[in-house]
Amino acid sequence: MNMTTRVSRLRGDRVTLAHGGGGRAMRDLIEEVFTDVFRPPGREDQARLTSEALQEAGAQLAFTTDGYVVTPVEFPGGDIGKLAVCGTVNDLAVGGARPLWLSASFIIEEGCEIALLRRIAATMAAEAEAAGVRIVTGDTKVVEKGGCDTLFVTTSGVGAIPPGRDIAAVNIRPGDVAIVNGVLGDHGATILAARGDLALSTPIESDCAALGHLMEDVIAAAPGMRAARDLTRGGLASALNEMAAEAGVTVELSDEALPIRPEVRGMCEILGLDPLYLANEGRAVLFVPEAQAEAALAAMRARPEGEGAAVVGRAVTAGRIPVVTKTAFGGTRIVDMLVGEQLPRIC
Amino acid sequence: MCLGIPGRIVEITDAARLMAMADVSGVRREVNVACVAGAALDDLVGAWVLIHVGFAMAVIDEDEAAETLEALRGLGEAQEALEQIAEGAKALAEQ
Amino acid sequence: MRYVEEFRDPKAAKRVLAAIARVTGEIGATAENPVRIMEICGGHTHAIFRYGLDKLTPGGIEFIHGPGCPVCVLPMARVDECVEIAERPGVIFCTFGDAMRVPGTKKSLLQAKADGADIRMVYSPLDAVELARRNPGREVVFFGLGFETTTPSTALSIQQAAREELSNFSVFCNHITVPPPIRALLDDPHMVLDGFVGPGHVSMVIGTHPYDFIAEDYGKPLVVAGFEPLDLLQSVLMVLEQIRDGRASVENQYARVVPEHGNPVSLAAIADVYEARPSFEWRGLGEIDASGLRIRDAYKAFDAEEKFGIGYAAGPRVTEEPEGCGCGAVMTGRMKPTECPQFGRGCTPDTPLGALMVSSEGACAAYWTYGGARAVEEMA
Repeated sequence: MNMTTRVSRLRGDRVTLAHGGGGRAMRDLIEEVFTDVFRPPGREDQARLTSEALQEAGAQLAFTTDGYVVTPVEFPGGDIGKLAVCGTVNDLAVGGARPLWLSASFIIEEGCEIALLRRIAATMAAEAEAAGVRIVTGDTKVVEKGGCDTLFVTTSGVGAIPPGRDIAAVNIRPGDVAIVNGVLGDHGATILAARGDLALSTPIESDCAALGHLMEDVIAAAPGMRAARDLTRGGLASALNEMAAEAGVTVELSDEALPIRPEVRGMCEILGLDPLYLANEGRAVLFVPEAQAEAALAAMRARPEGEGAAVVGRAVTAGRIPVVTKTAFGGTRIVDMLVGEQLPRIC
Repeated sequence: MCLGIPGRIVEITDAARLMAMADVSGVRREVNVACVAGAALDDLVGAWVLIHVGFAMAVIDEDEAAETLEALRGLGEAQEALEQIAEGAKALAEQ
Repeated sequence: MRYVEEFRDPKAAKRVLAAIARVTGEIGATAENPVRIMEICGGHTHAIFRYGLDKLTPGGIEFIHGPGCPVCVLPMARVDECVEIAERPGVIFCTFGDAMRVPGTKKSLLQAKADGADIRMVYSPLDAVELARRNPGREVVFFGLGFETTTPSTALSIQQAAREELSNFSVFCNHITVPPPIRALLDDPHMVLDGFVGPGHVSMVIGTHPYDFIAEDYGKPLVVAGFEPLDLLQSVLMVLEQIRDGRASVENQYARVVPEHGNPVSLAAIADVYEARPSFEWRGLGEIDASGLRIRDAYKAFDAEEKFGIGYAAGPRVTEEPEGCGCGAVMTGRMKPTECPQFGRGCTPDTPLGALMVSSEGACAAYWTYGGARAVEEMA
């Protein structure tokens, strides 16, 4: 058997400004690191696409975009590429869209390791395939050292919402049940530890996951699903505050029902943080009519990314405060929007 | 003021600088044990300490903790006894 | 989590609450004529609101939120001095996250960071010492903030830096002590307090005896308390029982952590590195005699005030508080947060006027965050 090993045309181990200069070096970087892995259709500057899902009468095209910056770019349970694919897939999926295509744009800091870019492109390709989307177009730019932090990724996504499907926060009614698909705060806790400046070590991994398949399964099991949001920055607390305001309801949580890993609780105790505000990247909160809650839970739990699904609260007639939680003692407290980022505290 | 949380010392990491690894619900952080170090540093391994800003500030006294919980339990029994007396008195009054 | 979960047991809490209601009744306290208990420590204020304890205790008990939040009592001028140090070339300024958003007269540390100052949030002063080791060409300054609980950590860090001759490490010392402001509050003729819940983690360092004067000279009960909800409730009950029985003594509810005489290593480190300042300014309370610490001459090389000629080292100081800010009156218990004309109007967590709205332990921020519904209703 005669195996030929492909010889890399890329010189050196790191990205230089030449890789952004529009010449051969740039072409080599794009082809070897990205397009050979993503395999977009066609050679033109724009992807030319058709989809039967979009041709159905009454189908809607869903379109979203998101920028990803994270330090460090690789962390336990994922990397910036996985975040960029899953995050944009999730933005489509929680609106009831079936994700179809992604674009991926990379701002690369001069000096970034090419091996790192290869690893990230490989994760993205694998995640996209698992999620059933294709990365069909993209771009790279190289900026001088200090112009960005290693790598920034922007992904845009297009999906199709089947005819008749209407999933939006305004549909939430008092009595609807709020369900999350797993433990809260793993991603936020992972990144805090991975930054290293707090010198904490944990076995926690990011919850980063694409939720397209899970959403489809839950919609099939609970066709009356009202609304869903993925929990990213600001955690469950911020997502619920937005949804409650849009729906004109109050959401009542129960402290005891919140699924949170002991390690995440531990980290929150050490740093004085509230897990309700920690970031997630593979979690969503769904509102379903009470009669369909059990079916929705069962559908979630049948998938690995929904294993830890739990009912966390319910919508009630709007009071003055959008989101409250019941403490274990029967007291209540307000779950407000954060002013800024949650900062570790000693007091 | 003064967030302090219980953690367990799992290993002495730097005897000269009095540093040890502490475990809080599976999260680990190196802490200074100067305030709780007795004669033999290794005796600290396994001890529960109260941690504040990266320092083990006190060894948690297991017996005292048990006593506090016992007092709370006793309070419950006393309360139940009082409730029973009150109910008895009510029943008597109603007769 | 061991030593935490047991002290958060809702069933046990119910029993303590029943006992609290009974003793409150025996005292004859009512919503119109309540027993006023000050929880000195901001951590206790935070726990009261986090667990909704204020709404579970009977109307005959009123919690007055004390001055035990080091961020809340930090004068604006000190924040300005932090910014001034942080903005010097070559400085790495390290702080606990708590101080980042506190407004100075011009800006907060968060804003100074955005303006280009190298400001790092750390978990421990030891992390600042490590930064000094790794950056020999930079001046690493640690913002030493906090009461007796935190003071040993910076004292031990300074001793460590001295042993290693880390000449690029210094501490901007703003450590303060709990007993002097309590005495000042008790001497205030407007003050109507019936008892105190004492800060457990301060006593972990200094023991229970520094509070003896509260019982002996002023006839008020004080119970040193832990921070879990059951700790707090039990301590409140112990204070109430003393009031009912006409007793006044210092009791220790938090004996699992607090030794009667404190921690000898911590106390020795504090005594070695620090000495009392003649007086120190507390936001809202003014200058209080012997209530703050400064670094002793022996460790002068590690004193950022001396190194940068700033703060008390720079001579007499003038301080101004923002107009209309009621932090002082709230801190002395003369006014509830919601009675401040600025509460929820000129002063919210988004646009804090005073420090009590900035720190999550500040009474105003706690009212806003956890008691907001009630606060808004009270305002209506």
